[in-house]
Amino acid sequence: MGSLFGKTEDEIFKITGIRNRCIRDEHQIGSDLGLIAAQKLLTEFPEFVEKIDLLIFCTEGLDYKAPTTASTLHYKLGLKEDCACVDMPMGCAGFVYGLSLAKSVLLGEDATCALFITADIPSSVIHSEDFEMRAIFGDAGAAVILENSHQGKIGRFVFGTDGSGAENLNVENGSTRNQIDEKWLKTYENEPGKLSHGRMHMNGLEIVRFSLQKVPALLEQVLLKNNVEFEEIDLFIFHQASDFILRSLQRKCKIPSEKFYTYFEEIGNTVSCSIPIAMRQAELEGKLKRGYKVLIAGFGVGYSWGGTVIDY
Amino acid sequence: MNIQELIEHIENEFDELEKGKLQSDSSIRDMEGWSSMHALILIALVDNHYDVLLTGEELKNVFTVEDLYQVILKRGT
Repeated sequence: MGSLFGKTEDEIFKITGIRNRCIRDEHQIGSDLGLIAAQKLLTEFPEFVEKIDLLIFCTEGLDYKAPTTASTLHYKLGLKEDCACVDMPMGCAGFVYGLSLAKSVLLGEDATCALFITADIPSSVIHSEDFEMRAIFGDAGAAVILENSHQGKIGRFVFGTDGSGAENLNVENGSTRNQIDEKWLKTYENEPGKLSHGRMHMNGLEIVRFSLQKVPALLEQVLLKNNVEFEEIDLFIFHQASDFILRSLQRKCKIPSEKFYTYFEEIGNTVSCSIPIAMRQAELEGKLKRGYKVLIAGFGVGYSWGGTVIDY
Repeated sequence: MNIQELIEHIENEFDELEKGKLQSDSSIRDMEGWSSMHALILIALVDNHYDVLLTGEELKNVFTVEDLYQVILKRGT
């Protein structure tokens, strides 16, 4: 990518804090990545296959207008019939929202075991000349299993929405209101896939302003709602938006480096997958341990934001 | 708050600047290698030190350190 934009790999790393991103194969879409993640998880924990009675799929790139992509994933995974399946077209706050939904249904005792899959393929909606976005975003899938147990606890949630921010981060065309037409395909005929999923636009300056304004307040509200002191949090894992945003938030929120986990250098911003991937990586690195109090915060497109405290 | 303090914050934040060279009438945008990234750094810097979240419109009208100082003063009161 460096040669395309007249920059060395080190120069791009210096600007973005990112060395690599994972990009899907040409014909892979979000649910394909989600399926791979779920299969990997269920291979590791096969005892859950027969238990899952709630499947949540979070993505901004659903397979079809109908049916739900969650139901097609349910079929491909061979899950039992008495299982609720629901799609959630959320972005960077999606993991937090999905956790909340899973928790509510499980605690309401309307399901006993939830499979929550997130997957996003931002590369499919980024123009090849949009350096800023190409350098930051990566494709990914992630999956988690949740069930009622005495181990661990998901705390109270705080949510927020400001629809006036839609213009600062969105995907132009490619859905019901503004469809892809011949003119569009002609305009983007030299782009991979002719940008037939739409084209993402991002006002980086406004996204930074939004993040600096909303996330520190979100953090305070989450602590308050969970009756937890700042010092009691063992690890803060935010949506891995960008190196700059994360560093700025860490500084503004005065979070010590040893408690602020980041994982984007090798994968970039993976939208709804960034928090679960970071949690998994933190665990692999021994930085997230059972019994830890973890504050997670998702924020982005919408604008939407949300956070909670997990007793891991 | 005074303008010298703001100058020091900017010099500390921008690797490209040689310490002690920035003046109140120095043009920030003429700094070597100025890019949109530097605008983001300025926003975060001012927010962090002065609790003022600059808008894109305000930043468009900032050319010198003095311009930036005046915007912060105006917003901070």
